[in-house]
Amino acid sequence: MFLASRNFCCCGFKLRTDLLSRSIKHSTSATMPFRHKNTRRIEGLDSNVWVEFTKVAADPSIVNLGQGLPDISPPSYVKEELAKVAAVDRLNQYTRGFGHPSLVKALSQVYEKVCGRKIDPLTDILVTVGAYGSLFSTIQALIEEGDEVIIIEPFYDCYEPMVKMAGAKPVFIPLRCKNNGNSASSADWVLDPAELANKFNSKTKAIILNTPHNPIGKVFTLEELQVIADLCIKHDTLCISDEVYEWLVYKGNKHIKIATLPGMWERTVTIGSAGKTYSVTGWKLGWSIGPEYLIKHLQVVHQNTLYTCPTPLQEALAQAFWVDYKRMDDPDCYFYSLSRELESKRDRMAQLLKEAGLKPVIPDGGYFMIVDVSTLNVDLSDVDEKQPYDYKFVKWMIASKKLSAIPLSAFCGLETKKQFEKYIRFCFIKKDSTLDAAEVILKNWNKQTG
Amino acid sequence: MLRRAGPSLRHFLLERNSSAGHSSCSREAKMSRPVRARRLEGIDKNIWVEFVNLAATYSKVNLGQGFPDFPAPDFLTEALTRALGGGNHMLHQYTRAFVIIIEPFFDCYEPMVKMAGGTPVFVPLRPNPPKDGKLMSSADWQLDPAELASKFSERTKAIVLNSPNNPLGKVFSREELGLIAELCVKHDVLCISDEVYEWLVYDGKQHIRIASLQGMWDRTVIIGSAGKTFSATGWKVGWAVGPDRLLQHLRTVHQNSVYHCATIAQEAVAQGFQRELMLYGKPESYFVQLPKELQQKRDWLVQSLDGVGMKPIIPEGTYFLVADISPFKSDVPDVPNSDEPYDSRFAKWMVKNKGLAAIPLSAFYSEAHKNNYTNFIRFCFAKEEATLKAASDILQKWKQKKTSS
Repeated sequence: MFLASRNFCCCGFKLRTDLLSRSIKHSTSATMPFRHKNTRRIEGLDSNVWVEFTKVAADPSIVNLGQGLPDISPPSYVKEELAKVAAVDRLNQYTRGFGHPSLVKALSQVYEKVCGRKIDPLTDILVTVGAYGSLFSTIQALIEEGDEVIIIEPFYDCYEPMVKMAGAKPVFIPLRCKNNGNSASSADWVLDPAELANKFNSKTKAIILNTPHNPIGKVFTLEELQVIADLCIKHDTLCISDEVYEWLVYKGNKHIKIATLPGMWERTVTIGSAGKTYSVTGWKLGWSIGPEYLIKHLQVVHQNTLYTCPTPLQEALAQAFWVDYKRMDDPDCYFYSLSRELESKRDRMAQLLKEAGLKPVIPDGGYFMIVDVSTLNVDLSDVDEKQPYDYKFVKWMIASKKLSAIPLSAFCGLETKKQFEKYIRFCFIKKDSTLDAAEVILKNWNKQTG
Repeated sequence: MLRRAGPSLRHFLLERNSSAGHSSCSREAKMSRPVRARRLEGIDKNIWVEFVNLAATYSKVNLGQGFPDFPAPDFLTEALTRALGGGNHMLHQYTRAFVIIIEPFFDCYEPMVKMAGGTPVFVPLRPNPPKDGKLMSSADWQLDPAELASKFSERTKAIVLNSPNNPLGKVFSREELGLIAELCVKHDVLCISDEVYEWLVYDGKQHIRIASLQGMWDRTVIIGSAGKTFSATGWKVGWAVGPDRLLQHLRTVHQNSVYHCATIAQEAVAQGFQRELMLYGKPESYFVQLPKELQQKRDWLVQSLDGVGMKPIIPEGTYFLVADISPFKSDVPDVPNSDEPYDSRFAKWMVKNKGLAAIPLSAFYSEAHKNNYTNFIRFCFAKEEATLKAASDILQKWKQKKTSS
């Protein structure tokens, strides 16, 4: 029996724990000092940009274009499937650990069509808790202490702490702007092939690729992917390819899977996400796809950490995939209709930002846009924090304009922060009313004094 | 309505078994450098991968893997439906050290400790059968205090406690917990307390939380599970409770591994708990009803097993029980020098030949001790009456076959 008194108030859950509190609050530890601190593997990994900025932006009066959180509705059939599924008893109990059978089957069909090769649903796929979980399983399975892992800057922030948690060393290489800092498009941001080649050595275990890219929205071209592939093959390096935004590519662009290049299937783990595919980030389902001899190690990590993902969510996702698999040659397929919907939001956002005097970098893919704020010449030198300019700018913008974004230097290693501190990132997968509210702020930007 | 669903697990695995051998990259070269990280050494085998597969392929009655085959309570699934229909579509958006492990143990403790680079140190619960020939209770399996004390050293970082215990069903008494607590305090050791079956205790027994003992709150992480609390194992929502100075480090790991858990499942579980708080201690409380119902099922299965000559150990808690299958050993001859423990071969034979799935007790022991108790298998009784009756029928027929032959 739980040691609790029977008095409790519904509205605050103030469970009076008389018996419990007597022994808990007043129990003193032994007179010896408490030696239990964190393990070395998580040393320095506790700080997190989201913790800092989502708290600040949680105020409902602030228009939140910061965290990558869709506020649009997921497609109705996706929600309906989950409702149906929850009523089926056996679907509320454990399923196959490495992925619910109907889901891995659906994934294998969809990706066989995309990749043009046979994908075994049982051995070549692992379903994880979000793409995050796939990144974790991949890195824990295949990256050894002392290995080096190449990370392209700016990078999705979790790559660095995950690599460090595995005891490996992140080696950074920045995307550089082609036209002397005058960037109109995400395509202007490129890797220097010689610089990239220099980062590879015998200790390089893997390179993490993210295309379409968060935060810049770059969609790597075939030529760019070939440069990376050539180096991976030459140095016998793995490629961890984070392709969560694979369906979100805009007109004139094509998402290419590096795993489909010659010599790459056998050294690539490709990661996908239900959250991004179906606008259901709260479902936390992702997957890793690759050759059996690599995926089997991810499966071992998975069976020794979370073991299995939620059944009803996987079943509902499988049903949704069947719906769209059947219409993959049809423009109404959600994989294409979502990107069309987002393209018009992208264009609207870009227009509003330009009118406010800001310089957006138009993304070729994804649902983020980076913006050069230096043109506004907002003087924040009197703000005597040691933070980079973009952190100060975002905090100022939240306080004075009630609009939030994320500072770009959060996505860079220490040495590159200076290069990116004039940029902030906006998320545009937002419903019209949110964008309307942003429009009001941006149109009135110059009318208020900062 | 699910006719267009993908195949069921059984159908799917049968399909795969028949087309086994197909590989998608049989002719493509692998990387030449070694790929697998050293932290995965020796932890690739997994009892569930093997036995869940077997059960799905062969069993007609599955009392193996621990999941209820009766529905989750309506108020919980209704909570999920409400959450889904509530119009809030934002619910679809964004949630060279030693560790002592008491045997038998839930199998994942050992590989998890190893993956963290720790060294598991095992201490067994030892059976002390009652002298009057009555059936054993899980209470009769006990730690030897001197033996336990000998396992603690200055390099001991933590002890993993599981009460109520899977697989035996033991509910540690206040005295037994006191013993463990004293040693933890004396040696400054953490306690990882797996209490997922906390609401499933029978015969008026009390589940005592070791964190409530003197000196223990500050050094204990308590683990709970929605799957076991609300009979919804497929929702995969669990929690850790403890002092901030320990929990902060769990949060760091969490934010660098999965970061969030499924929002909608958490919302529905929260509503489930709200309802239970309102009904706390009342007869309609699920926490009162579920153990009452399961106790009956326990007693039913105990009777069935005893009736055919298998000797069940009556569990004080959880929805598992372990039974001694010695009278049935003649059906599965011993194979000298076999790598595989006897009970494992017995369980495999039983599922293939009798269609009844259970889990061998050796699955819950370290490699070195797998052959210590080879006559026991574990049954799960969180099952519909029809399932338990079907199990009883299989056992009866089996016994009849033996006595007549």
